[in-house]
Amino acid sequence: MNGTENTKDTTLTMTGAEIVVRALQDQGVETLFGYPGGAVLPIYDALFSTPELRHILVRHEQGAGHAAEGYARSTGKPGVCLVTSGPGATNMVTPIADAMMDSIPMVVITGQVPSHLIGTDAFQECDTVGITRCCAKHNYLVRDVNDLARVMHEAFLIATTGRPGPVVIDIPKDIQFAKGTYKGPAGTHHKTYHPASDPDPMAIEAALDLMRTARRPIFYTGGGIVNSGPEASIALRELVAETGFPITSTLMGLGSYPASGKNWLGMVGMHGAYEANHAMHDCDVMICLGARFDDRVTGRLDAFSPHSKKIHVDIDPSSINKTVRVDIPVIADAGKAIKALLSGWRTQQHRRSELNDWWSQINGWRERKGFSYEHLKDQIKPQYAIERLYELTKSRNTYITTEVGQHQMWAAQHYHFEEPNRWMTSGGLGTMGYGLPAALGVQAAHPDALVIDIAGEASIQMCMQEMSTAIQHRLPIKIFILNNEWMGMVRQWQQLLHGERYSHSYSDSLPDFVALAKAYGGHGIQCRNPGDLDDAIQEMIDYDGPVLFDCLVTKDENCFPMIPSGAAHNDMILGEITGQEIGEAGKVLV
Amino acid sequence: MTADQDKRAPQSAYFIDNDEPDQIVRRTLAAIVDNEPGVLARVVGLFSARGYNIESLTVAEVDRKAHQSRITIVTSGTVDIIAQIKAQLERLVPVARVVDITTAPAGLERELALIKVKAETGSDERVEAMRLSDIFRARVLDVTLESFIFEITGGSSKIDQFIELMEPLGLVQVSRTGVLSIQRGLPD
Repeated sequence: MNGTENTKDTTLTMTGAEIVVRALQDQGVETLFGYPGGAVLPIYDALFSTPELRHILVRHEQGAGHAAEGYARSTGKPGVCLVTSGPGATNMVTPIADAMMDSIPMVVITGQVPSHLIGTDAFQECDTVGITRCCAKHNYLVRDVNDLARVMHEAFLIATTGRPGPVVIDIPKDIQFAKGTYKGPAGTHHKTYHPASDPDPMAIEAALDLMRTARRPIFYTGGGIVNSGPEASIALRELVAETGFPITSTLMGLGSYPASGKNWLGMVGMHGAYEANHAMHDCDVMICLGARFDDRVTGRLDAFSPHSKKIHVDIDPSSINKTVRVDIPVIADAGKAIKALLSGWRTQQHRRSELNDWWSQINGWRERKGFSYEHLKDQIKPQYAIERLYELTKSRNTYITTEVGQHQMWAAQHYHFEEPNRWMTSGGLGTMGYGLPAALGVQAAHPDALVIDIAGEASIQMCMQEMSTAIQHRLPIKIFILNNEWMGMVRQWQQLLHGERYSHSYSDSLPDFVALAKAYGGHGIQCRNPGDLDDAIQEMIDYDGPVLFDCLVTKDENCFPMIPSGAAHNDMILGEITGQEIGEAGKVLV
Repeated sequence: MTADQDKRAPQSAYFIDNDEPDQIVRRTLAAIVDNEPGVLARVVGLFSARGYNIESLTVAEVDRKAHQSRITIVTSGTVDIIAQIKAQLERLVPVARVVDITTAPAGLERELALIKVKAETGSDERVEAMRLSDIFRARVLDVTLESFIFEITGGSSKIDQFIELMEPLGLVQVSRTGVLSIQRGLPD
């Protein structure tokens, strides 16, 4: 960052590649994730002489994208990636779509073939802006080097404000070589992009009116609170304490309210807590804060919380009434809205005693113990593995990432989060292969933390190559594989929906994960007995370097409780599958 | 303020007037956009990606200095879907604003069509086509011994009606601009 402070407002002449690097520095970027190639070589050349900008070389561009997502999700800062044209850009599409779905701020710089070759099917050419238009928040093809500095700064503005998301900047190679004017980020604004973030006081007043008269209220919170920043979580905790309302969260919002908090009902949704889903169904006032009524949360729409008035706080106006009709829309940043609700609530007397009936109803659901499972002496239950992992790591500075599938849901159910930004998972897109590279990004941002990717044996193989990145950059991530030799969630759905015809869901020809860890230069541990599990987990924690932990768990465990497709929240199944859970209409749903 | 804006504005949330939520309505939306490369693709891509309907779409730069284009889209859907289309359009970074012309009190819509009709000299059809074009204030752009080309402007329904009348007389070809929109009076 040497001397950049005084150049922020002055104009300088430099090459396009230098403009990119200088803009990254002026935006406060410390780490970026990438992979070089022909069309980004000038930028890599500029990085060569900028050692203070840390570049983490991945093994596949998808890894760079998810690493940037993990970095962003765990720090609140935008993640940055740098990849080449053609395959570099197309390999980046999955993380871009993933970041879009989960509202993760990310800036992706892609090289492009020289301007005069665009449209000629040149070597490693693809229409990057065309491909990413529908899965990025915004994208640019830079046609003039003198636009580059503005575009770079605008990209950071767009990625990090409003509803955050990925922004792609496609830079032809000749633009990277060309000399142009650099201008610092001061005064960056966009002609047409001005997201609102302050709540309308009248909407807050209307929301408070509903909250004050509620007899069966519930807070339904989501990733918007995490995105809003740590202050939003603090305000949320105060609001919950003052109102005495029960609170649930989506997968993306876990940690905003502590799992140890007394008003916590657990996660909502398809594999959420029995009490959370029943409370959502039976509530009379639902206060949705930074969540978007995703289909994994609502279940059957026409039976979703049928008797409630709904307040919806969302920074994105298009989320309002998209799938669920709400009564009080509040278009605002979740943190600002929570603070406004809190100060409004404090000015009025509230009547907590009237919630007693509601809480005793909730306690009745709690007694069903929806997450309970049968312990086995001679085999490790996946839930037990997560429970032990939680117990042995909860007092540490721990960050958890996951892949996608049963292990992800068990992690969400049995690992308990006390703080936001500690839980990195692919919620909207459901990207297998997310967890390992995301863990790298988290570890790069938090070098002294314990970063664990809770994985499945199938998911982990999708970005397994990034183990090599972990070794090279001394990122001591721990990969905790719940190995049941099945694509467990696929198998569960086949059991539920397709007459136990397990079509291509068996994880055949698995690698020897211990040997694989060794081959990469990491440490491998295998554990199959419940009695050995604690020691093995401790060994993983204590090892100074990347670890692949192959935890052999029961093979046919299903993830419960579950709201079957096409069913309502109060139709949760707790125990075993009979094959009759899903009706004809539900079968076509995902 | 339009009905759609009204419905999404927080202060009126208690009074959602949506008596017939399943009824399909046709709406003309005007999006004022920054005229940057690809902006039309963003708008069109949004409609196809989310399964919205486009009945007509016109686009042209309308303010060269400000680099602004006006995209007028005729679409149809339930009231909820129209509100969603508007919100999704406004979410696009280069979109400055979206106006619902159909429900705006000052909305004005016009379309231009070129209509070719076969009409042999001396035939009754030729006389009738000429007579009708007069009634509709269509202009004759081109005339041959066998045909006319009429130019007609007006609301879409007027043009539909004219085309319908030309059909039995010898309609050959139609070319339409799609709907253009503007608002009466001066902006506040």
